[in-house]
Amino acid sequence: MIEVDIEQRLGGFHLDVKFVAEAPIVGLFGRSGAGKTSVINAIAGITKPRRGSIRVNDTLLFDAARGIDVAPEKRRIGYVFQDPLLFPHRDVESNLLYGQRLRPPADLFIEPARVIELLGLRTLLRRRTQTLSGGEKQRVAIGRALLAQPRILLMDEPLAALDVPRKTEILNYIERLRDELRIPIVYVSHSVPEIARLADTVVVLSEGKCLAVGDVDAVMGRLDLKPVTGRYEAGSLLDTRVTGHDSEHQLTTLAFEGGQLVVPYLDAAVGERVRARIRARDVSLALLRPSEISILNILPGRVRSIDHETGPIVDVQLVVGAATLTARITRRSLQQLDIHAGQELYALVKAVSFDQRSVGYA
Amino acid sequence: MSGVSPDELGIIALSLRVAIVSVAFSLPVAIIVAYGLARLDFPGKTLVDAVIHLPLVLPPVVVGFALLVLLGKRGPIGSLLNEWFGIVFAFRWTGAALASAIMGFPLMVRGIRLSIEAIDQRLEVAARTLGGSRLWVFLSITLPLALPGIITGTLLSFARGLGEFGATITFVSNIPGETQTLPLAIYTFTQVPGGEAEALRMSIFAVVLSIAALVTSEWLTRRAQQRHLDDRG
Repeated sequence: MIEVDIEQRLGGFHLDVKFVAEAPIVGLFGRSGAGKTSVINAIAGITKPRRGSIRVNDTLLFDAARGIDVAPEKRRIGYVFQDPLLFPHRDVESNLLYGQRLRPPADLFIEPARVIELLGLRTLLRRRTQTLSGGEKQRVAIGRALLAQPRILLMDEPLAALDVPRKTEILNYIERLRDELRIPIVYVSHSVPEIARLADTVVVLSEGKCLAVGDVDAVMGRLDLKPVTGRYEAGSLLDTRVTGHDSEHQLTTLAFEGGQLVVPYLDAAVGERVRARIRARDVSLALLRPSEISILNILPGRVRSIDHETGPIVDVQLVVGAATLTARITRRSLQQLDIHAGQELYALVKAVSFDQRSVGYA
Repeated sequence: MSGVSPDELGIIALSLRVAIVSVAFSLPVAIIVAYGLARLDFPGKTLVDAVIHLPLVLPPVVVGFALLVLLGKRGPIGSLLNEWFGIVFAFRWTGAALASAIMGFPLMVRGIRLSIEAIDQRLEVAARTLGGSRLWVFLSITLPLALPGIITGTLLSFARGLGEFGATITFVSNIPGETQTLPLAIYTFTQVPGGEAEALRMSIFAVVLSIAALVTSEWLTRRAQQRHLDDRG
């Protein structure tokens, strides 16, 4: 549980943020300059807000009115920075153990062996940090933060400096951390795919203010937040379970309340929770159930609302079972098919539109 | 050229003692001052910076004279030091060490400060979030990363101490066996008819000492960097 209510002036920038969030992974989302890093710097105790209070897991870390300001080294907050910031004069193992050695034995609950295994660091221990690749460095940085035995882990765009294959690799590691160490994570990002894949609850920041807090699917699907979440990346999230694999065609079937999805093969056991993200531009609409068509996912649904923005493109919000789905179509199609709220129709989603980044373990 | 005479050995030993003691006492102060100038913001920082650099721009004789006025037996500070602690600088080898320390101080601070400023401050922030107190972060991160600058600054100050002349002769005079260091001895021999040969020998010793200091510092720097790699804890 994270409770933030702070006001801070940083040069010409005014930060005034208030939110309460509780989730295995809280996403802190916003464009660059929205104040994301300022918020987690205040949580970590690196900067001092002018007013307000910060509470993590019922521990009061900062309260301006009561003069409480716990020193950063006493907050037990793990911080993974955008750059790995490994200590260049120490090898990998010595970096990993830097924080652990400073904690009293009573506070130790994360074992080095476990973290080393979880992050695949065994073979790197004796290496100099300068010889590591970008992905390896970031893994060491994550391990170092974890071994400082934090109550909570803050990650500030940890993938920003990495190429796409490394990003996928680190994302997998972060998901393992969440599932196996059960340590709450605040994940800062301006990337909708990353937030959608990892976060359960999202806090949307813009110009130093908190615009929305809530379930990722609900918040990121909100049309009124489109100026912040961005038109291009609009989409919807479905919480699903693996129901089967088609090994002949290398496909996986996912079920959600109100339907099922066929996606390219996913390395997950039957019954496992998986989160699928469907981009609005990958969803087509049909009034009648099409037949003799290559599209594998045909989902019956009802139009909930239509985003009446002027311009050639329109977003149509659909209710499919218990889930919400956004379809992005042209205004011309909307008019030709006479689509209106309350209408029953079919949403079509190509199985190939799902990729590694849009389907992840929940 | 025959072997080193006992007199010469005495002069060399005194010079080394003066330079080593001056560096040993000024180093901790220089590290603290350099850290303060590099990392902290406080009122009067520019003034402190200027005062530290004064010995670099003032004629050494002026520094020596100032020391004589302030720290002489009847000087305002010198008399108190003598009264309270029985410490006397005037006309003693300790005074020569003090003069060397002051003349070498700006060089030492400069070297250390530059290397501290070159350290990514976010490394120190990261260490704080990992549980390191301000002092521990300074000892475990800042200091080892600044080590090359500390060694360079120490060498510069040491070499400056070996060569110190003006402030020393003004403050503690030129007393054989007490304050007559190598440069003072060389000066003395050049003032005596037929002393050129001895002055030349002394100059060669000075060159050898300086080169030895340079080599030692190089070796220390390399060893320090090697130790970082081998350091497992």
